[in-house]
Amino acid sequence: MMVIWIFYFFVALAASSALGIVFSRNVFKSALLLLISLLSVAAVYVLSFAEFLAMTQIMIYAGGILVVIIFGIMLTTKISGQPLVVDNTNIFWGGLTGIVLVYILIRYLPGGSALQPNDLAAENISTLGLRIFVDYTLPFEVAGLLLLIALIGAAVVTSHLKSKVS
Amino acid sequence: MLYLAAFLFSIGIIIVMVKRNAIMVLLGIELMLNASNLNFVAFNQQHGQQSDGHIFALFVIIVAVCEAAVGLAIVLRVYKYYNTSVPDEIADLKG
Repeated sequence: MMVIWIFYFFVALAASSALGIVFSRNVFKSALLLLISLLSVAAVYVLSFAEFLAMTQIMIYAGGILVVIIFGIMLTTKISGQPLVVDNTNIFWGGLTGIVLVYILIRYLPGGSALQPNDLAAENISTLGLRIFVDYTLPFEVAGLLLLIALIGAAVVTSHLKSKVS
Repeated sequence: MLYLAAFLFSIGIIIVMVKRNAIMVLLGIELMLNASNLNFVAFNQQHGQQSDGHIFALFVIIVAVCEAAVGLAIVLRVYKYYNTSVPDEIADLKG
């Protein structure tokens, strides 16, 4: 079963790069590690027969959100040429919360059967589109309205900023 | 897959609590939303053939995009006003 090993490889890659974000102190490196993690999760989606979701993940997360975050990093860094280094606070309580949370979640997960990619019928993109535009029309329109509101809101909030570099 | 989702969610919680930069907090929130999407896909794979989980995950991605855009706009505004992007140092509410 080659597929299962590929699946586990991408799961391990996503988990380890996410862990790397915690230990990295450079914001830009953290953003790149998040990119690796998101792309690995997209690969996991592909292996779970969710191709359209994987494509959306790559296009929106890796193509959109990461670019926006990197723009934010560049705009909030003082122009000095040095990488932006962040400090850590609350290390004890944060780590304790995370460890306890991962213990509780894993302890009460139903079985372990969800680990393998099983042989469901392959997700058909046309049926997904039909379901979105037939059964989920109202949430689709509301999502479009939400995107418009977020666009206008972000533009209004940042429109008073003057450029730092003259 | 559920284990991966639980792990990613906990990592996101740790990042949100530990890091002293608003952009890192946003990054952790993205990771947590991603974990929830993984859960949707996993449960959709276990139960039913209807692909409701995939559609819900798509809407979660849309909301994540809105959250990232507005959150970064607020971070930029706060950075311009306070000259810092450390959430703990922004303590006064009076504009």
